Amino acid sequence: MYKYNAFDEAFLAERNAQFRAQVARRVDGSLTEDEFKPLRLMNGVYLQLHAYMLRVAIPYGTLNSAQMRQLALLAEKWDKGYGHFTTRQNIQYNWPKLNDIPDMLDALGEVGLHAIQTSGNTIRNTTADHFAGAAADELTDPRPYAELIRQWSTDHPEFQFLGRKFKIGITGSPNDRAVVKAHDVGLRMVEQDGEIGFEVIVGGGLGRTPMVGKVIRDFLPQADLLPYLEAVLSVYNVLGRRDNKYKARIKITVQENGIEKIRELVEARFEERRGEFDGTDQELLAEIKTHFTPPALRSGSTEAYQAAYETDPVFRAWADTNLAEHRDSDHAIVTISIKAHGATPGDASAEQMRVMADLAQELGYDELRISHQQNVILPHVHKNDLPAIHARLKEASLATANIGLISDIIACPGMDYCALATARSIPVAQEIATRFDELKLEHDIGHLQIKISGCINACGHHHVAHIGILGLDRAGVENYQITLGGDATETAAIGTRTGPGFAYDEIVPAVERLVETYLAIRTGEEETFLETYRRLGMEPFKTALYPEAQKKVA
Amino acid sequence: MARPFTPKVITANDLIEGDVIYFKADDSWTRDLAEAELIVDEAEAQLRLLDAEKQNISIVGAYLADAKAGEHGPEPVHFREDFRRKGPSNYSHGKQEALANV
Repeated sequence: MYKYNAFDEAFLAERNAQFRAQVARRVDGSLTEDEFKPLRLMNGVYLQLHAYMLRVAIPYGTLNSAQMRQLALLAEKWDKGYGHFTTRQNIQYNWPKLNDIPDMLDALGEVGLHAIQTSGNTIRNTTADHFAGAAADELTDPRPYAELIRQWSTDHPEFQFLGRKFKIGITGSPNDRAVVKAHDVGLRMVEQDGEIGFEVIVGGGLGRTPMVGKVIRDFLPQADLLPYLEAVLSVYNVLGRRDNKYKARIKITVQENGIEKIRELVEARFEERRGEFDGTDQELLAEIKTHFTPPALRSGSTEAYQAAYETDPVFRAWADTNLAEHRDSDHAIVTISIKAHGATPGDASAEQMRVMADLAQELGYDELRISHQQNVILPHVHKNDLPAIHARLKEASLATANIGLISDIIACPGMDYCALATARSIPVAQEIATRFDELKLEHDIGHLQIKISGCINACGHHHVAHIGILGLDRAGVENYQITLGGDATETAAIGTRTGPGFAYDEIVPAVERLVETYLAIRTGEEETFLETYRRLGMEPFKTALYPEAQKKVA
Repeated sequence: MARPFTPKVITANDLIEGDVIYFKADDSWTRDLAEAELIVDEAEAQLRLLDAEKQNISIVGAYLADAKAGEHGPEPVHFREDFRRKGPSNYSHGKQEALANV
């Protein structure tokens, strides 16, 4: 993975020193809050409901064990002993004190991490497929490009005051695990005539106006990535609306101007920009690529894995749900569930972080990933090490076998922490997971993604959930709307609202009715919830959700 | 006819700690909503907010929040303010943690 050079280290140290001085000037009264706020946001510091929140970037979701241990140290030394992994491959600390944050940033700098541009109207942390570099279906590892984008976008003078935030997602696989169609710019690596390049998607996004991105360029040669991104950003910077915050994202610019006009403007700007690039970016990319040399995978028997799989049903259940296919058949990709039934989705204790760091270091080629689904990945594990890993995860309450199942819920922090939220998300997720664990139905239900947002900004990705839940404030009471049929993959779709919302104590029973209906009408175990919904549409689910309304019609 | 005025308290976050604080009648700040000044007059509320904002060097984001008179002092009207008063529902952190340790 990428290792900072002397320039990176000096840049980050200087930036952290600047922020330390800014905090001091706020505390001594030299800066007003209005002056300080944009400065703290540029460094990932929010003020939430109960405390400050520090959002740390995990670039393209990749960590090594030393970095994970440092995240644990921050949690213990300056927070309440845990951290919250987010849907943008960041980690958030919910309880830091303003005076401590400069020390936290310095500690992050020691291991090559930062909080730069995790907020504000800038280019945010570039997210990537969490199986990058390991997946069997991958054309090529997208992370060197993500790192190139990180370096190019960090402190880019032209893009520090965009009309609104700007998110880029990248995948090197045809199966989209990075939700690239719901990003301002999505990059999907594709092959054309033996050459690998990018399909460029623009104008996707969730929030109050959810949209699936549109293809602006079928094939962009790899070498043109930065000039083309500059062209997109530059067109957006000029054309994007600044009169209305809710119409400021590029998805609205694309919608109002049409993809054809945007494409025309971007291509024209691209011609201008391309000449300004003298090849330095390609030299840098070549250097970055050397940091992403795949680990030398060991070979050897997988007998111990086979034996455990055949004899230990708990291990088998975990292996069936939490493993994914590695490009090397002796290896597997392990997804560690940070969704124990009844726990807060995405929250890991410092001790759990250390266990995962140890496993990565000892048995995982020192690599970890954070997924937008708020889980942690060991991307390269020799199959014979899986029983030992499972046993150690079990001791740390990290062996929940539920990846892709109904309790593997994405939930934003919601009203429990977030200053923008209109309702709680976390307890709804906790109760759904607990309920279906009690019913012992989860494995029978199969692949089903529930995603919960506590406000219309949709950090919990509810629009692209099979069952999406949106928490709102209706006349001073929490109320939850349901959407069905969303899809976060390469066949991305925005879910459709079922009808009126449900009160806090009605939402879990409502979800239960949806699932009961699905189990009753599916053609068989192999038909997923989403497939049933696509086959039969909304009606059977509506009938289950609103029996009273159905009676009235009858 | 104008709608009746809902009583208010002034609340903000502490600059250093970041935690929720409430404005008292003596122009100092408290961590306990029950000790806050309950303001029942609309014009007075705006003036008191200006008083509170004079202390912007050490507080952040003062605003008027709906409240009602309770047995032991002001109580929240909206659930958001109830969460701010207590802390999150997934862990016993925030103000509820401090109370548990008394």
